[in-house]
Amino acid sequence: MKSLTSLIVGVIFGVGLALSGMTDRAKVIGFLDIFGEWVPDLLLVMGVAVCTTYIGFRIVLRRQTPLFEVKFFLPSNRQVDIRLITGASLFGLGWGLVGYCPGPVLSSLAYLQIEPLIFVIMMLIGMTAANRLRRHL
Amino acid sequence: MSNIIFPIIGGAFIGVAVISLMLILGHIMGISGLLWAAVSNKSESNSLDDKLWRWTLIIGLPLGTLLAHSLTSIAVPEQGPVNIVMLLTGAFLVGFGTKLGNGCTSGHGVCGIGRLSIRSLVATVIFILVAMITVYGAGRI
Repeated sequence: MKSLTSLIVGVIFGVGLALSGMTDRAKVIGFLDIFGEWVPDLLLVMGVAVCTTYIGFRIVLRRQTPLFEVKFFLPSNRQVDIRLITGASLFGLGWGLVGYCPGPVLSSLAYLQIEPLIFVIMMLIGMTAANRLRRHL
Repeated sequence: MSNIIFPIIGGAFIGVAVISLMLILGHIMGISGLLWAAVSNKSESNSLDDKLWRWTLIIGLPLGTLLAHSLTSIAVPEQGPVNIVMLLTGAFLVGFGTKLGNGCTSGHGVCGIGRLSIRSLVATVIFILVAMITVYGAGRI
């Protein structure tokens, strides 16, 4: 039951990413190209998504528990540390180089083109490397 | 008009998905974190049940994207051409950075800011700014 509902959630998310243009690499680069011919669409996407989430979370988190779990799994880490800043910077660098971030690139696997597949494999290698490194920090 | 309507509807779908996951399973919809928890064996999600719902969610993403293109007039975007070195480097950095910084556009950018988390706000401002500078710089090479 959990898996079926999360499949539906994934489908809704995938629909949203495609409708909003997030799976269009060129459009994402256009949004990031603020000094060039800026495409502001994605600001609208993010604005609507954040506002919807803000309102929805306020309602949902009034509950004691989620529907199919015993508790809410909310991040407890509140620290702005060097790890967060370095990680966000490196992610931004990679995002700017190609125009894919994790959700959209997984959705783009639907297009059966080689670029998203290569990206996903390399992204997993990057995650593994960071995980190895973290254990030594 | 469609260039305003689709981003608005798309953004609303993203928000609804995020809220639904919180309501149903109590989890943050951070795709980088969900993906890592699905593939790695050293995380909090070691039971088969915990892995399975993450995998079905991930499989839902391309299915939803296919559905969106088949139901609307939105064309399937061109992916290439992309420089292979940039593709590999960018992909590695996205994986490395999201793991190190505990989140990506969905986790920090949408869920985190939606929860008014300062940590996520800082991360989001940084990765968007760095990405903008990168696009500016890459356009000049």
